[in-house]
Amino acid sequence: MNKITRRLLVLFFLVMFTCTAASATKPPSEGDLLPEIVLTVPPILDQQKYLGLSSETTFTIPQIKARVVIVEIFSMYCPYCQAEAPALNKLYDKIQNNSKLKDRFKLIGIGAGNTTFEVEHFRNTYKIPFPLFPDDDFSIHKKIGEVRTPYFFAVGINKDGTHRILYSHPGRLENHDQFINMLLQRAGLK
Amino acid sequence: MKRFFNIHILLTVFLLIFCGAAFGLSEAYKGNIYNPGILKPMDSILKVKVGDPAPDFILPSISGEKISLGQFAGEKNVVISFVPAAWTPVCSDQWPGYNIAKGFFDKYDAVLLGITVDNIPTLHAWTQQMGKLWFSVLSDFWPHGDVAARYGVLRSDGVSERALFVIDKAGIIQFIHVEDINVRPKLEELVMELEKVHKK
Repeated sequence: MNKITRRLLVLFFLVMFTCTAASATKPPSEGDLLPEIVLTVPPILDQQKYLGLSSETTFTIPQIKARVVIVEIFSMYCPYCQAEAPALNKLYDKIQNNSKLKDRFKLIGIGAGNTTFEVEHFRNTYKIPFPLFPDDDFSIHKKIGEVRTPYFFAVGINKDGTHRILYSHPGRLENHDQFINMLLQRAGLK
Repeated sequence: MKRFFNIHILLTVFLLIFCGAAFGLSEAYKGNIYNPGILKPMDSILKVKVGDPAPDFILPSISGEKISLGQFAGEKNVVISFVPAAWTPVCSDQWPGYNIAKGFFDKYDAVLLGITVDNIPTLHAWTQQMGKLWFSVLSDFWPHGDVAARYGVLRSDGVSERALFVIDKAGIIQFIHVEDINVRPKLEELVMELEKVHKK
């Protein structure tokens, strides 16, 4: 094997390795475990209470005190996310006003590529009552396969603290009642 | 030859790792966005500086009227947002964000002019997918990139930089920010500069 062939082979394997590594991050799949997403505990006491978090500085989604956590990946800059915001507020109200859902379902948003300022501006613009978290360096967005926004996934949390992904889908949520029923069934709560 | 191969391998690996950099594209555009990959961050030399009078211009807008910078003199602070091109990833994300930031512009007595080197039909189609924009979108298509060139933000491939200029009511440039073309500028930086200009 001459030098050129050897170098071409090295190049080939480097390309294959890089492609494999690049494709390793894909959107969350139903039934799978969630990649580790570390979030900062919100400074607002009501939001800490809502998530059932203690005074730790950071947490992961399965640590939220709930049986189902619905996560929206959004961006302040995304027209569909802007359009979806009032509907999600209604979903939050529907959950909070239902005594059977209130303590079991929680809703959070993660702003892909959004700074704290941008996330807060989004919250203020649409009067969003549930916790929103910035992901200004896209580090979370990369872990979940660089999905388009809005993207929704739901995590089922078992009583023993184990979890699995119940739902994973791009685009807006169509029918909230059907969505909640589907999550109740998949979480074994119905 | 050896050096050539080493550089070639490094460049290939670098591009493969970074060409898929995240940009958080909205589902609103689905498959309509052309991704040019990672571009040279900056590719022009500014021809104006803070403290200079802003070069005046008259450009057609997607609403059909012609807009000049001079028409705001003495009345409004002006933010010019040059974005490189319609139907590209970061640009398609930037203006929809400004679309929900009108309150900041109103608070600091400013108007926003969005400019690209695309023609009016292209800008019409592209902005339709963003929803209704409250600010003027201007075409610097012909003479191609003339305004971008006069500000020194026309790149060698004919698109503009991703650049922000804040011009006060006296027509003086108070802030210039040429962002890496691959990155969206942070909203808070612009808001902070608008506040400063408003306080002067």
